Amino acid sequence: MNYKLASSPHQHVRRNTGQVMRMVIYALIPGILLQTWFFGFGVLVQITLAILTAVITEASILELRKRDFERAIKDYSAILTAILLAISIPPFAPWWVVVIGTFFAIAIVKQLYGGLGFNVFNPAMAAYVMLLVSFPVQMTQWMPAQSLTTHQPGIVDAIYAVFTGFSADGFSLMQLQSAVDGHTMATPLDAIKTGLAQGLTYEEGLQSAIFDGSLGIGWWWVSLGYLLGGLYLIRAKIINWHIPGGMIAAMAVCAGIMFLVDGDRFASPLFHLFNGSLILGAFFIATDPVSASTTNKGRVIFGAAIGFWVYIIRTWGGYPDAIAFAVLIMNMAVPLIDYYTRPRTYGHQKTNKGVPK
Amino acid sequence: MNEFKQLSWQGLWKNNPALVQLLGLCPLLAVTATITNGLGLGLATTLVLIGSNATVSIIRNMVPNEIRIPIFVMIIAAFVTVVQLLMNAYTFELYQALGIFIPLIVTNCAIIGRAEAYASKNPIGYAAFDGMMMGLGFTAVLVILGAMRELLGYGTLFAGANLLLGDWATSLKITVFTTDSPFLLAILPPGAFLGMGLLIAGKNVLDKRFERMFAAKQEAKTVQRARVTAES
Repeated sequence: MNYKLASSPHQHVRRNTGQVMRMVIYALIPGILLQTWFFGFGVLVQITLAILTAVITEASILELRKRDFERAIKDYSAILTAILLAISIPPFAPWWVVVIGTFFAIAIVKQLYGGLGFNVFNPAMAAYVMLLVSFPVQMTQWMPAQSLTTHQPGIVDAIYAVFTGFSADGFSLMQLQSAVDGHTMATPLDAIKTGLAQGLTYEEGLQSAIFDGSLGIGWWWVSLGYLLGGLYLIRAKIINWHIPGGMIAAMAVCAGIMFLVDGDRFASPLFHLFNGSLILGAFFIATDPVSASTTNKGRVIFGAAIGFWVYIIRTWGGYPDAIAFAVLIMNMAVPLIDYYTRPRTYGHQKTNKGVPK
Repeated sequence: MNEFKQLSWQGLWKNNPALVQLLGLCPLLAVTATITNGLGLGLATTLVLIGSNATVSIIRNMVPNEIRIPIFVMIIAAFVTVVQLLMNAYTFELYQALGIFIPLIVTNCAIIGRAEAYASKNPIGYAAFDGMMMGLGFTAVLVILGAMRELLGYGTLFAGANLLLGDWATSLKITVFTTDSPFLLAILPPGAFLGMGLLIAGKNVLDKRFERMFAAKQEAKTVQRARVTAES
């Protein structure tokens, strides 16, 4: 008889990296579907382009590095990065924006640092910041929800628009962007920011046609979709509640305090939670296992600090949304956070701080 | 290898002030948005390096050891002033484009580093040659980085070369492509850091490759010995 001896841990690893990444991608589906429904087929075109670029880039760089590229591509991490980047950029942005961004994310941010598991920064967000800094015009051409626009571009229109800048019927992006009343419209965060800068109160800013109550039409549905996916991830134990919980709580507390102090000049917590990409960021972006903090206490601090930074930059900074900047700032702080939140080693009284002697 | 060959090799490649010693990074990253700017600053730095190295070498036996650093700084500052006034007179637009970075050449650690490490111990001929090679090595990096950033950011090469070289150089400008939405990152400071990182990485890759080629050649020469012990 053959007794097998194995060293500890004796628990079986049920999931490999590929399975985890695939489950995260599945969890994104409700949000992506809602985003496509409200903002047009451009979303799907961008995702396709991004995935293609990511796979080609990953394979060629791994080939250059003489690694097994087949296995590395099967772990789906490049595809997840590509999808996260693609849903963060405007659905009708020109094709080269997403191609440059994905290449940057995979080649520079991920592979040059040593590939999966070694990247200091979140690849999708670093690429997003690179694109936002490099191509501010293309990166801010968000569509209003389709129910508000005069033309509802179909899938062919979306492909045409992404590759040529004009829909199949010859409408330019500017025309596609314009609403029924002829005004071009901004994202909810942008609209309120501009309104407040022009001296309107928060309530007056909400009178714009893109709002339904204090929530931007379409935007909060998309956020709910991502919330659903995120809760599924927590339930499936892919992510812990610490990062999203910390992030949402910090945002709600910051926004709540400022809203109570001056409700005319500061938006409500509900507005902040559901109008931007905060939910997507909290559940899918900040929880990147490589670049986020790794201890439970650290995760709470990490998430809360991101929420804090997002609020600061949204309210007083130059950009309407700030998930990417906040995540990058906190990525830099991760080694420090991990150092100070080291868990107690079993059998030791105090936390083992400092270099082991 | 004689001394001159050694100095050229050190300055241009092995001990390149920008890629290996990482000195003078501030002007290097700040002004290299175009080739012209990079070349202008590189040449100015080279002139200062030659002048300061030669002067330091001449007076190396007269300077008391305790106060040599202030004296070196004074010499460098004098040469920087000369170069600055020359550029102000003859290449005024480039002078304006480079702005504060011309007077800041005085703080470039590569210059005082060479004065201290080489010129203060060697005769004038070698010292001046060392200054020239270090300067040219620095200039080469500035030009390559400038070319990378200009190509990505503006789609041109040698734009504004007439500011440095005179009117005939206007025809040097090569427009590789034109675009309505330039790659702003390449022109902005982060692009300089990224480009610099890629250049250093490229040099290290080349070094490793040379080393391997060299090692392979040497290995081929070694005599094969018969193994007398058993394989363990």
